[in-house]
Amino acid sequence: MITTALTDLWHGFGVALEPHNLWWCFVGVLVGNMVGVLPGMGPLATISILLPLTFGMKPVGAILMLAGVMYGAQYGGAICSILLNLPCHPPHAVTCLDGFPMTKQGRGGVALGLTVIASFVGASWGITEMIFLSPLLVRAALQFGPTEVCSLMLLGLLAGSTLARGSPVKGVAMTVLGLFLGSVGTDLETGSERYTFGLTELDDGIELIALALGLFGLAEFMNSVNQVAPINTAYTNVRLRDMRPSKAEFKQAFLPMWRGTIVGSLCSLIPGTGPTIASFVAYATEKKISRHPEKFGTGLIEGVVCPEASTHSSVQGDFIPTMSLGIPGDAVMALLLGALMIQGIVPGPQLISQHPDIFWGLVASFWIGNILLVLLNVPLIGIWVKMLAIPYRYLYPSAMFFVCIGVYAANNDFFQVGEVAVIGLFGYILLRLGFHPAPILLGFVLGPRFEENFRRAMLISRGDITVFVQRPISAVFIALCVILIGSQIYFRLRGSKVDVLKIPEHPPATPSAPTLTPQQVPATPAE
Amino acid sequence: MRPSTSPLQLLLGKRDFYAGGLMILLGLGVALKGSTYRAGTLMHMGPGFLPTALGILLVLLGIGIAAASLSDTEEDQRILPEHPEWWAWFCILMSPVLFIVFGRYFGMAPATFSCVFIAALGDRTASWLSTFVLSTVVTIFGVGLFSYFLQVPLPVFTWRGSL
Repeated sequence: MITTALTDLWHGFGVALEPHNLWWCFVGVLVGNMVGVLPGMGPLATISILLPLTFGMKPVGAILMLAGVMYGAQYGGAICSILLNLPCHPPHAVTCLDGFPMTKQGRGGVALGLTVIASFVGASWGITEMIFLSPLLVRAALQFGPTEVCSLMLLGLLAGSTLARGSPVKGVAMTVLGLFLGSVGTDLETGSERYTFGLTELDDGIELIALALGLFGLAEFMNSVNQVAPINTAYTNVRLRDMRPSKAEFKQAFLPMWRGTIVGSLCSLIPGTGPTIASFVAYATEKKISRHPEKFGTGLIEGVVCPEASTHSSVQGDFIPTMSLGIPGDAVMALLLGALMIQGIVPGPQLISQHPDIFWGLVASFWIGNILLVLLNVPLIGIWVKMLAIPYRYLYPSAMFFVCIGVYAANNDFFQVGEVAVIGLFGYILLRLGFHPAPILLGFVLGPRFEENFRRAMLISRGDITVFVQRPISAVFIALCVILIGSQIYFRLRGSKVDVLKIPEHPPATPSAPTLTPQQVPATPAE
Repeated sequence: MRPSTSPLQLLLGKRDFYAGGLMILLGLGVALKGSTYRAGTLMHMGPGFLPTALGILLVLLGIGIAAASLSDTEEDQRILPEHPEWWAWFCILMSPVLFIVFGRYFGMAPATFSCVFIAALGDRTASWLSTFVLSTVVTIFGVGLFSYFLQVPLPVFTWRGSL
């Protein structure tokens, strides 16, 4: 078992080291690193913008690049938190608590240096987990019939929508909305049109890119325009030699790093708990077991290293269910799956055996990408920090152009550009009403497959809906769904929402990008 | 929010009441339209089955959200932000519209220019000159990248082309 995984991995390195794949991996992590630093530009918007450009590429290069954007952005986000106290990327919001005080004490360089090391440790662990866990999961998942797939998807959707930010009921509503949006267009089984209102352009359904760019591009620009204050770059002069931690500092960071990694990888095993929750849980745990919890928030190395390691280990771990089961845990993963589907690759347990070059190439590229990021991050931090000086008023109009041309290039059709405008307006209304649009994407990507499997399951069971609880594996998934909902109701009734995750002192709200901070500490039923 | 006595008044001051209301309306629309498609039986589901079910579910969730708003204690119940940016929102929404119109009738370069120009005008600090410079720069780079390098099939300049 282990040896086959290792030989496959060897093969993967062969794929990932092919010059063009290596190049795309490099481009991906570089772009990701850059947008990770820029406030107001998240990995979601960036991946959606780059998505149309990948249509002409080979599937391996495309997915390598898009995945690179994703974990590259994780490296960049920490820079913002530590040097500028900007929690503009939710997974790194906790890092502000101790990262910025360190910067104020003139130890920002050390914090960054240790963050890079912690990130690499976390990511390495996540990748190792992926190598050995995915084949096991796949072996189990290959036994699944449509009934099991259906209830597993249900679990994934529920977890993705209730454990994410904001109110669980609103999250579920967004998922349902996404499932509906996924059903727009020609019905695959009967060929009849649904909700197209006579528009032939909608026959193929709503364009994934238009949806993603509307919700995470346009709506986000509307949210941030004229809200982003100029950034205080007083503390951003970090020299290369400042970044090397001393031996004592490294020793202090070593154990928290590993604890964070373990917390992150555990979080990634629970579907739906993304890197944000992982980082909050890691910080809370570290504080709890610390001998001097009162010092947290004053610039403690542990408070920086632990959440960063856990974020990275969870980001890499999130790829496990996405790639081996075809069930994405959050919106970014859903988008990556969408990218694969556009390339004509069917996600699911058969992906590893049918497209080993994609799966193992991706795994190998994670290593390469992470090493590249460590190498890049050190000398480039100075440049990224300078990029922060680009005012938002130049950033968003340029991004608008990329949105428009990107959507147009997807199908060479202006209709989809119009879709973006409509979806963007709608997405902004949802934002103002306190909805988080990320689960829409989750539902949208899984929707058609959910419907297909649901129909098939019903056909096989001759219309008996109880089949979902009669078959043992499916019953387990349904039971987990019930537990998930039950625990949410229980915690709500008890009124104590998230004691563990309550951060005593939220990072002093900087005037810039107020709406990009997590409005609410992620609610989890963590004990 | 100001204390009010009647439950209806209480509801009308809550953001989630409108959130739930929107979901109910959407769900109703989806379910009603879905019921015009063939629903079929559970064993042989028609195209209308799942969307109708989703619509009904959305209505129920909407009722739940609106009902839960009664116990919502959050201070800030504003739907619009403190300083509504009507002009900026209009500019951002017009940006893709201008891209479509100019792209269809005049080509990629005018489309790019107009789309960046209108979007940039939305910023409070934007001046005509800075907006003009930004649009020109993005147009040059954008057209170079997408038309010459990536070969997006949209003519750079055209006149009421045959698109």
